[in-house]
Amino acid sequence: MAQITMRQAITDALREEMYRDERVFIMGEEVGVWGGTYAVTRGFYDEFGPRRVRDTPISEMVIGGAAVGAAMNGLRPIAEFMTINFAFVAFDAIVNHAAKMHYMFGGQMRVPLVLRAPGGGGRQLGATHSHTPDVIFAHFPGLKVVSPATPYDAKGLLKAAIRTDDPVLFIEHATLYQVRGEVPEGDFVVPIGVSDVKREGTDVTIVAYAQGLQVALAAADKLDKEGIAAEVVDLRTLRPLDMAPVLKSFQKTFKAVVVEEGHRSYGVGA
Amino acid sequence: MDKETTLDWYRQMVLIRRFEQRSSELYQLGKIGGFLHLYIGQEAVAVGSINARGEQDHIITAYRDHGHALTVGSDTKQIMAEMLGKSTGVSKGKGGSMHLADVERRYWGGHAVVGAHLTLAAGIALAEQYKGTDAAVLCYFGDGATNIGYFHESLNLSGVWDLPVLWICENNQYGMGTAVARHSSASSIMQKASGYDIPASQVDGMNVFAVYEATKKALAAIRNGEGPQFLEILTYRFEGHSMGDPLRYRTKEEVKKWREDDPIGILERHILAEKIANKDKLEAIDTAVEAKLDEAVAFAEASPLPAMEELFTDIFVEEN
Repeated sequence: MAQITMRQAITDALREEMYRDERVFIMGEEVGVWGGTYAVTRGFYDEFGPRRVRDTPISEMVIGGAAVGAAMNGLRPIAEFMTINFAFVAFDAIVNHAAKMHYMFGGQMRVPLVLRAPGGGGRQLGATHSHTPDVIFAHFPGLKVVSPATPYDAKGLLKAAIRTDDPVLFIEHATLYQVRGEVPEGDFVVPIGVSDVKREGTDVTIVAYAQGLQVALAAADKLDKEGIAAEVVDLRTLRPLDMAPVLKSFQKTFKAVVVEEGHRSYGVGA
Repeated sequence: MDKETTLDWYRQMVLIRRFEQRSSELYQLGKIGGFLHLYIGQEAVAVGSINARGEQDHIITAYRDHGHALTVGSDTKQIMAEMLGKSTGVSKGKGGSMHLADVERRYWGGHAVVGAHLTLAAGIALAEQYKGTDAAVLCYFGDGATNIGYFHESLNLSGVWDLPVLWICENNQYGMGTAVARHSSASSIMQKASGYDIPASQVDGMNVFAVYEATKKALAAIRNGEGPQFLEILTYRFEGHSMGDPLRYRTKEEVKKWREDDPIGILERHILAEKIANKDKLEAIDTAVEAKLDEAVAFAEASPLPAMEELFTDIFVEEN
């Protein structure tokens, strides 16, 4: 099976879905001519043209809101925030409009929308550019929040996100773009809202997601050398949160560690 | 305008006026909860412009949305039921007064975060452009909304992408209690559109025919490939911003002066002067409207509240 980077897995998912469904299009800052700030959509502008790969002004409020409107009216937009830190500017569009339209109008409206946003800290960008606010977005009913840790999950979850009729915030930890992993050729989907045991063990449960998974797996390797068998559960999706594999593992180990990158209070572990 | 259409517009405007007066009464009786923003005084704007749309065109507005819902032709009973938060309402009782919508009629609702729905309008228009249709979006908002970032980002994007949107500012002279001159730096609201090279004009919002003609013309320009257009419609809300408004920010004389230009009064005088109908005929229309509203209120009051389980439905389309 081919070893590809997470960046390539995301690019492949986007390209395949754009060929599969004419309603899918991409909009965001520098997604077109530039090729994406993180080069995820490199070549797409030439391949699909300016109708389906749309460079926007630096206007997060309307990137978020117009994507919601286009989704309400029958398209399947993939809107990119250059970083999740800029998604704060579009907070109302995300949590009030993407998340609430279906509910508040009694089911009349649907918002099949993917908001992609690179996030996470650890890249020497300063405080305003280093947030991991995943859990804040996961707080709001009506918005699915996905954050994959492996190329396989990234491809399968992004396809699922594009195909679901609900709005999905798809958070890509920017330090993971170069991580490699096995991804089969062709079409497959990883369901949203299903946690996954990435490593089996009996002594302690480590719960993680996104970049935290890399930390958890490295720790599990280290523990293994000390004779401790850690079980690692990857949440993959923060809303809806699938606790079943976590609880099942905990019933086995009776010990759990939650690895996450956000601030100390009110996190995923809470 | 032919006689039948003129009388139908009169009927639509009276329906809005009386719907709002009934709603005010129901609010004071505690039967309508939440906020209530009345459209009294602005009836000619919704009626003149929505009647100028093609059936392919979309409508979206802010929270002062009852007039638009009634004019797009949503069921009066279901609108009133939504006002009372009942399960038979247009939004199943989950939206209330500020969130009436009727997607089948391409009415995408009232929206209650000032300016936010302008971005939705841009997106709805983008979808039509993407699909290659000739449909446009009529997006209504108040003068107060022209100060928020949403407005500027949406107008700019509509210009850059040539989106088929008719931006309709219902300038009723106040953003809540703050007069236009106190909240907007531009010498006119219309002028703000020129910053984005969007053609704009000012319209007398008390004259339903003027609103109709201006909307027709603007929609024709959009369909002619001239890009987004902008109308500043000058109007006035005769009542407060919402129920419980202390009205400290304007004088009784000012309100009295505007009331002389009551859009329904102007239309009524026109109908009588042009002998389109006599007083008896207009009274018959008023009576029919009253009967329709009696029926709507009775339906709304008799309808059940949403079941408790409804709290947890429609959160996602695809639940896990």
